[in-house]
Amino acid sequence: MAVKNLKRKRSRLSQVFAGILVNSVYEMENYPIVLLNTVVSPLSILLVIVFVSRGSLFGVAIEGGFIMAMFSAGMGLSTDLSHLKNDFKLQDMIVSSPTSWLTYMIGISFSEIVYAIPALLVLTILASFGLSLTLAEVLEFVAVLLLIFITSISIGYTLSTFSSDIVQSFAFTRLISTIFSTIPPVYYPITYIPLPFRYLAYLSPTTYAAELVQGISGYLALSLTTVIIDWTVLVAVTIALFVLAKTKARWREV
Amino acid sequence: MSLVCEGLTKIYEGSPVPALDSVSFTLPTQGVFVLIGRNGSGKTTLVRILATNLEATAGTATLNGINVMSEPDQIRERIAIVPQEARPIPWMTPLQSVLSYLLWRGLGYAEAKQKACEMLDRLKFGKKARALNRTLSGGMKRKVLMAMILCTEAEVIFLDEPTTGLDPISRREFWEVLQEIRKDRFVVLTTHYMEEAEQLADTIGVLEEGRLIALGTLDELRRRLRYNYSVKLLSIPAPPITLTEGEMVKGRHDLPVILTTEDEAFRIAQNLSRERIKFTINPVGLEDIFFYMHSGGDTGGS
Repeated sequence: MAVKNLKRKRSRLSQVFAGILVNSVYEMENYPIVLLNTVVSPLSILLVIVFVSRGSLFGVAIEGGFIMAMFSAGMGLSTDLSHLKNDFKLQDMIVSSPTSWLTYMIGISFSEIVYAIPALLVLTILASFGLSLTLAEVLEFVAVLLLIFITSISIGYTLSTFSSDIVQSFAFTRLISTIFSTIPPVYYPITYIPLPFRYLAYLSPTTYAAELVQGISGYLALSLTTVIIDWTVLVAVTIALFVLAKTKARWREV
Repeated sequence: MSLVCEGLTKIYEGSPVPALDSVSFTLPTQGVFVLIGRNGSGKTTLVRILATNLEATAGTATLNGINVMSEPDQIRERIAIVPQEARPIPWMTPLQSVLSYLLWRGLGYAEAKQKACEMLDRLKFGKKARALNRTLSGGMKRKVLMAMILCTEAEVIFLDEPTTGLDPISRREFWEVLQEIRKDRFVVLTTHYMEEAEQLADTIGVLEEGRLIALGTLDELRRRLRYNYSVKLLSIPAPPITLTEGEMVKGRHDLPVILTTEDEAFRIAQNLSRERIKFTINPVGLEDIFFYMHSGGDTGGS
C-alpha cells in the first residue's frame, strides 16, 4: 500500500459543528416535538413555586429555571451520549476517527445548549418582567450558569462513558438531577430550609450557584465572605469534575 | 506496509479466560483480511483493539509502522470503522449521516457536503438520500454506514460483521461496495458467512477461543487440510461408510461431512448413489475447513 500523507489540516470547528447538527439541529428539524420537551421541564417547577408563593418568588423561580435548564442540559448530554454510543455505536466510529474526546464532548455540549434555546428564550422573556439586573450582574449571572453547565457536562460525559445501556444511563441521570437540582434550594431561597437540613443542601454545587444568583438579584443579602466561598466552591467543583472527566472517563474502553 | 500483532492479549475485567490470547501475526496491508470464528472467539475484540476502541491487556500492534497502543491519534487519522450492530441514526437522512461523519473527520462543510452527495449518487441512493434513515430497509441502512466510511480518506477500514442479518441480495450489493473499497484500501472484515469470506478474502484468519488457529489465503488453508474433497450427506444419522482415507466431521445442521481425497470421494459417491442416499460433492471449501478445525482436526498450526 502506498504511504499517503494523511496529516491533512482538519477543522476543529467542523468537528464541533457535527455534534451540534447530529444531536440537536437534525433532531429538531426532523422531530419538532422535542422542542416542547425542553420548555416544559424547567417551567413546570417554576410555575408550582410561583403559585405556592403567590408570586412572591417569581424572580427566584426564574433564576432557578435558568440553573435547572443549564444543569438539565448537561445531564441530557449523558443520556444522549449513552444513546449514541450504545444504541447506534456512533461513539466507536468517532473514537476511530481524528476527533478527540474533548472536541466530541464540546460539540455535543453545544448541541445541548442549542436544544435548551427554547427554554432559555422563554425564561429570558419572563426574566425581563421579574428580574432587574445591571450589565455587570447579567455577566456574573451568566458566569454562574456557565460553571454549572461545565459541572453538569463533566458529570454527564464521565457517566456516559461508563454506561452500557440507555436504561442505566437514565437511572443515573434522573438520580443526579434530583439530588442536584430539585432537592437543593434552586427555586427558592436557602433560608426557607430549616437549619440542620441547610447544611445538607451545601453538598450540592447548585446550592452555591443558586445562592450567588439570588444574591446578585437581591433576593438574598450575602456577606462578602459568603460570596467568596460560593465562587471558590463553584469554581473548584467545576475544575475537579472536569479533571475527573478528562482522566477517568473511558474514551478508549478498557 | 503491514499489520503486525505480537502477543496481543485481552482479558476483560472479571473474566477468568482471555478474550484474546497471545495473538501474533504479520500481514501486508493490502486487499481484504477476513476474520472468522465462532461467537465469542475474539474477532470483535481484535478488531476493536486495532481500531483503537479498546485497550489490550498485553502485547503490541503496529499498523503501517504506527504503534496502535501508544500512537492512537496518528492511527485515527488513517482508519475508519463500522462497528458490530452499528446503525444510522433514525432521525437523520443518509445525506445528513454522511455529511456529519465527514465533518467529524475534520472536512469543511462545503467539501463534506459535496463528497457526501457524490458518494450517495455513486451508491445509487437517488431520492432516498433525503429520506429519514428509519424509513430505509436493513440493506439500505448498512449502505448508509458504508457510504459514511467510503467517503473518508481512511486507508484502513474495519468492518465488524457488516452483513449479519442481511438478505442474500443485499449481501451481494454490499460485496459490490466492498469491491470498490478494496481497490485502494486495506479492509479488515469479520463475518460468520463462509461464502462471504471465500468471495472477498485475500487472507483469512481463524480465531478460536481467543487464539489464532490458522492464517493464510484460501488456497493455503486448503493445502493445510490433507483432503481436497468434501462429501456432504443430507441425512442423519450417517449411513455406515467405510473410509479408506478421510475423516467424518459434523457440518452445518449437524449433517455429516466426509473430508477425503478426490478418488475416495468419487468412490464414496458411487456407493451412496447405489444406496439412494442424497449427498453433495465439492472441492473442499472454507466451511469444510472451519468445521474440520472446530472438530479438533489438525491443519498443521498457524
